[in-house]
Amino acid sequence: MLKINNLHASVEDKGILKGINLEVKPGEVHAIMGPNGSGKSTLASVIAGKEEYEVTEGNILLEGEDIEELGAEERAHKGVFLSFQYPVEIPGVSVTNFMKTAINETRKAKGLEDMPAKDMLKMIREKSELLEIDRKFLSRSLNEGFSGGEKKRNEIFQMAMLEPKLAILDETDSGLDIDALRIVSNGVNKLKSKDNAVIVITHYQRLLDYIVPDFVHVLLDGKIVKSGGAELAHELEAKGYDWIKEEVSAEH
Amino acid sequence: MLTVLAVVVNHFHFKNKKTNMSKYTEDDLREELKTKEYEYGFFTDIESETFPIGLNEDIVLAISKKKEEPEWMTQWRLDAFKVWKEMTEPDWANVNYEKPDFQAIAYYSAPVAIDPNKTLDDVDPDLLAMYKKLGISVDEQKKMNNVAMDIVVDSVSVATTFKKTLSEKGIIFMSISEAIKEHPELVKKYMGTIVPTTDNYYAALNSAVFSDGSFCYIPKGVKCPMELSTYFRINQGGTGQFERTLLIADEGSYVSYLEGCTAPSRDENQLHAAVVELIAMDDAEIKYSTVQNWYPGNAEGKGGVYNFVTKRGLCEKNAKISWTQVETGSAVTWKYPSCILKGDNAVGEFYSIAVTNNYQQADTGTKMIHLGKNTKSTIISKGISAGKSQNSYRGLVQIGSRATNARNFSQCDSLLMGNECGAHTFPYIEAKNKTAKVEHEATTSKIGEDQIFYCNQRGIDTEKAIALIVNGFSKDVLNKLPMEFAVEAQKLLEISLEGSVG
Ligand SMILES: Nc1ncnc2c1ncn2[C@@H]1O[C@H](COP(=O)(O)OP(=O)(O)OP(=O)(O)O)[C@@H](O)[C@H]1O
Ligand SMILES: [Mg+2]
Repeated sequence: MLKINNLHASVEDKGILKGINLEVKPGEVHAIMGPNGSGKSTLASVIAGKEEYEVTEGNILLEGEDIEELGAEERAHKGVFLSFQYPVEIPGVSVTNFMKTAINETRKAKGLEDMPAKDMLKMIREKSELLEIDRKFLSRSLNEGFSGGEKKRNEIFQMAMLEPKLAILDETDSGLDIDALRIVSNGVNKLKSKDNAVIVITHYQRLLDYIVPDFVHVLLDGKIVKSGGAELAHELEAKGYDWIKEEVSAEH
Repeated sequence: MLTVLAVVVNHFHFKNKKTNMSKYTEDDLREELKTKEYEYGFFTDIESETFPIGLNEDIVLAISKKKEEPEWMTQWRLDAFKVWKEMTEPDWANVNYEKPDFQAIAYYSAPVAIDPNKTLDDVDPDLLAMYKKLGISVDEQKKMNNVAMDIVVDSVSVATTFKKTLSEKGIIFMSISEAIKEHPELVKKYMGTIVPTTDNYYAALNSAVFSDGSFCYIPKGVKCPMELSTYFRINQGGTGQFERTLLIADEGSYVSYLEGCTAPSRDENQLHAAVVELIAMDDAEIKYSTVQNWYPGNAEGKGGVYNFVTKRGLCEKNAKISWTQVETGSAVTWKYPSCILKGDNAVGEFYSIAVTNNYQQADTGTKMIHLGKNTKSTIISKGISAGKSQNSYRGLVQIGSRATNARNFSQCDSLLMGNECGAHTFPYIEAKNKTAKVEHEATTSKIGEDQIFYCNQRGIDTEKAIALIVNGFSKDVLNKLPMEFAVEAQKLLEISLEGSVG
């Protein structure tokens, strides 16, 4: 599904990603952890195609295709979804209208007609139930005045609506209360299948109790320095990152 | 000259429906998801004749004669012409342009006749692409480019049917030229009472040479059962230049009036100087909505229409006038739809979206003149600037000494795209009564790259993302438009901002 080879990326000539290698296969869940500022969100943005970041070396293959030249919306059309760490506000545009536009633009890119209103309605009903979202919430301006947790829940609602192949969840757990964390995680799990894949970026083991990863990677200063199974997250929770930093410097 | 007035009626049961947030029902949701469709019809008569260029008394006389006007009308024009000659063109607006040479304009030019040999292949492909985006049929495209076509007959009958419905209610809706002949007492009594010929340079010019326009009278207590609209479709080549509209809502009546072009009329005229006068008598209500998309000039700032319009309404006791406008066209716009709130408890509203792109300049806003007690006014202005354009809001709120408990709320929001455009706000407040409450809020925001990336990430390309953000920004005003106009206005916003980023 996703294969990242020796990826280097920089912003304003400052190197942030310094040689990332990662392979994600259909049906897998990968967790990326790492200290603040290590480059997790940058990696997510680069995969999603944010132009601000320049890829200086290496490449990203999505289902075997190098996506270097594709714009962010084209990557989205191919099934890449990013749940933002900090979702932006779009005043005056309702969640419903935004989703309708996103779905229909994606369909248009695939040469399909607009989704009939009836189907859209049904889908909205299903997905908002799945994530226990109040209907009137959907009429509000996108992210405007949403609480931190509401923003995150809304990101996952969008994911549910768009049914991506590859979902990257950037600290979706931060801001969610205990119940919301369970609801949102259950939602993600329900959307999981053998054909799609999820990358969860998180600081806490807690989320990984719900969304159990097949692999856990530690990102440190722009590189994946350690990978393991779900147990690695437990180890990190218990011990922090220092021991990994020591391991890394010992190697050099 | 035959009329270019088109009567369009909408079978919509349009109620100013704003979704109530607290009760966002399944129905509301369904409504929001529905692809909105609209249709329209029109009729038009074409005849071609052009007067020599330049302006003098003889031309004024000739226009009047051509239109077979009565003596009083001719004299009215001549008086206006005398006034105009003594005036100088105003230059206080925040716009820069080369002053038109008033002697180089033809003041009476009938539209270009249909050229039987012309086909759509002869038409500017850019223009055709735009029509396609607007979903305009091939027949209409032909029509707009003076290509022969055959749908006129149908529409004439449609228009006639509506005229009948209206006349049953005693509503008079016709071109001003017809009204001068058929209802001289009404025209004589009211024309020029709201916008006197001496009001300003362009109003004086219009009074002397106005070519045509609409006249509407709603009798006492009558609620006009349909939206009335004038669509200056293609013929405005000459006649749209100096439109004159007079709309009278008698006591307790209601009318919603739509003015505009349903299509991007690429009018190459240099100058438009229209006058619109509204009279809302006691307890009457007038909603006046405009979508203006005259030719804005090309991306380098060449060409385009100068749009200098005087629009004003008078509210008697308990009367209400709402102006709603979406301005996307013209190279230079100078326009301040105003309300004189003369009667007690009168209400004036102004909702405006003004878009400028490339080298467009707009100086637009409103005047709310509070004279009566407990008069209320609301101003919501949304300015969107892109390219190298300049967008100014200029508003005057005046509270007279007798206007006890007058209230005004003004909100002016500007949205900027890029670093080369400008947004300016010039609010003027003159209050002569201590009980008055005047509130003014202003915001300026910029479309952020993060917003665009967010949309892109959801599969929405940049152009569409901008349209979405702009529509969201303009929502408070778009909501005030009748539905089919709102759909159209949204499309126009999208088109006029095309290519403004990246
Ligand atoms: N647009 C930018 N301009 C300048 N520096 C940037 C930019 N984007 C990211 N950086 C820098 O790159 C580094 C990595 O940032 P990133 O947001 O990817 O970290 P992160 O691992 O997601 O951290 P956190 O856990 O705090 O979310 C940081 O030092 C950040 O300041
Ligand atoms: Mg981050």
